[in-house]
Amino acid sequence: MTEKLKRLKWKNFLNCVVVAAFTLVFGVLSLTGSLNGSSIILIERIAISILLAVSLSVVVGFLGELSLGHAGFMCIGAYLGGKAAALLDPVLGTGVLSLLISLLVGGVCAAVCGLIIGLPALRLRGDYLAIVTLAFGEIVRSLFMNSSDESFGGALGLETPRFDKQSLFIYAFLLVLLCLVVIQNLLRSKHGRAITAIRDNEIAARATGINVTYYKLLVFSVSAFFAGLAGVLYSFSNFTVQSGKFGYNYSIEILVMVVLGGMGSINGSMISAALITFLDVNLQTLLTGDMAVLKNFLYALILIGLVLYNNAPALKGFREKYRLRAVMERIRERKPDPSKERDDEAKWDRVPTKIDMDEVLSVSPLKSQGDETSEPGEEERP
Amino acid sequence: MEILETLINGLSSGGTYAMIALGYTMVYGIAKMLNFAHGDIIMVGGYTIFVTMGLTGNPILGLLAAVLFCVVLGVVVERVAYKPLRGATPLAVLITAIGVSYLLQSVAQMIFKSSPKMVMIADLGNVEFLGLYIPMYVIVTLICSVIIMVVLSLFVRFTRTGRAMVAVSEDRGAAQLMGISVNRIITVTFAIGSALAAFAGFFMLMKSPSLTNTMGAMPGIKAFTAAVIGGIGSIPGAMVGGIVLGLIEACSYKITVIAPYTDAIEFLILILLLLVRPTGILGKKRREKV
Repeated sequence: MTEKLKRLKWKNFLNCVVVAAFTLVFGVLSLTGSLNGSSIILIERIAISILLAVSLSVVVGFLGELSLGHAGFMCIGAYLGGKAAALLDPVLGTGVLSLLISLLVGGVCAAVCGLIIGLPALRLRGDYLAIVTLAFGEIVRSLFMNSSDESFGGALGLETPRFDKQSLFIYAFLLVLLCLVVIQNLLRSKHGRAITAIRDNEIAARATGINVTYYKLLVFSVSAFFAGLAGVLYSFSNFTVQSGKFGYNYSIEILVMVVLGGMGSINGSMISAALITFLDVNLQTLLTGDMAVLKNFLYALILIGLVLYNNAPALKGFREKYRLRAVMERIRERKPDPSKERDDEAKWDRVPTKIDMDEVLSVSPLKSQGDETSEPGEEERP
Repeated sequence: MEILETLINGLSSGGTYAMIALGYTMVYGIAKMLNFAHGDIIMVGGYTIFVTMGLTGNPILGLLAAVLFCVVLGVVVERVAYKPLRGATPLAVLITAIGVSYLLQSVAQMIFKSSPKMVMIADLGNVEFLGLYIPMYVIVTLICSVIIMVVLSLFVRFTRTGRAMVAVSEDRGAAQLMGISVNRIITVTFAIGSALAAFAGFFMLMKSPSLTNTMGAMPGIKAFTAAVIGGIGSIPGAMVGGIVLGLIEACSYKITVIAPYTDAIEFLILILLLLVRPTGILGKKRREKV
């Protein structure tokens, strides 16, 4: 039992270990000077994308609300963190201390805005909330774009001090690590189960005594906090922060990462964020001018195709038959190990979804008896 | 006098918003989904007008072609992208709609490039009325939008299809039991919404002739705001909301201090309204049933 517990824990933090390993490898590579400028920029951008995708994934995949203003939180982090860094620059220089203070400023300001955006989320659901978050993103962008030159640089953008190029990505990866630990612990706890319960059925969740208000605000502010951190990192890795970057299109790009990675999967979001950013950076040099739009075309096809495949009721049978997990289970079922099989063992690693529960509840007693006597997998056992 | 001119300008852009908002509100009322791609149908209509006018030079032919093409496109999009998801979670439908919007924009950019196209529909000049100089397009837009709204209201109230639409929006299951083909009604709704979008594209090009692939995105979102302000799902609500939004916009453009923040102000009004009265001005309250 203890062995199993240990293995489970190890598995849960596998992605953190992978990220830590990457950090180490990149750190060593950068110390030996074998990383060139463009790959450093790529690594920084991947870290920023992972932060954004993982934080959006909590809202979309786990709370089940669509946020189209994620770039807005990043914008707040980038401008306010960048401004803090610019103010600290004459006093502290651009060192680690100034980075930390800026991160705190940007993250906390974004989190406060997330809290404010969470307030309408209490009364609105689905489409309305999507529009409110979109409106929020546009408001933020418009405010920074029309700011005076002294405060936030207006249309020209805010000039920010650039952090030491050779080491910023290490801090970026440390932040990714922090984000993973915080968010995964949140989601695996009692609170995480409450959040997914709200996603599956808000009224039922409320009826079982879950404080929906508290959890919605919590999720929105945590998600905004990490998006703000990503923004601060962005401002440190660039000379200027321009509001045009944080438009609706960027929010959609982050959403594509989350949908591609799989709703409700943190690891999936991380992998797809890295993949899309990698492709993005490489396509930027390949596709110039009007051909750059091919990228958006691909995003659109990915979004439509994946959502149709994953959600169309007509494809339900096909999906269940050829899902990776189902295929793996079929392979495993051929050679079961009788010594490890116990019939009273519940599958704790799989949280049942609403559909599963409906199926369980709708089975008639007569049918379930028949099922018990003849398991389909058992008959084929050699 | 300037105030009057501003108000009339606001009424005309409000008419355009109302026309787009009607498309949103009808689709929302009947298919229960936010059609994010609606704004981009306007853009497709604009490009159809551009192509047709390049071939024939006749703006009326351009409008007809745009209406036809947009109706076909709207129905195809509904069949391919939205219909398979009927019965799936609302989040999935919403994301697909965003995907369709993105797809239309990028295809348009691939075909027509990103540089703006100029579409001079017709220079109708100005009209002098009681000492006011009002551009003719403002009056044309205003009259046409009023006619379209009246026709639409009559259609919904007095034809079989229109009444079936009301029935489906009230209770889809019950409507189906009464022998209404829900799929057909949803298709008709998308067709009407897309035709209205084509008209809106025509009026928008009359106002400013520059045509880009993102021309419909912002007006689309604003028109959704209008639909929400008026109360989503209600046809008179969309009209009221569109006109209110047009007036707010026109007034805000006139005040130099807040003019750059016009978009932000409109969205702020939306957020505040949704917080105070989520059902909009004319919307009905709906209890969520367990």
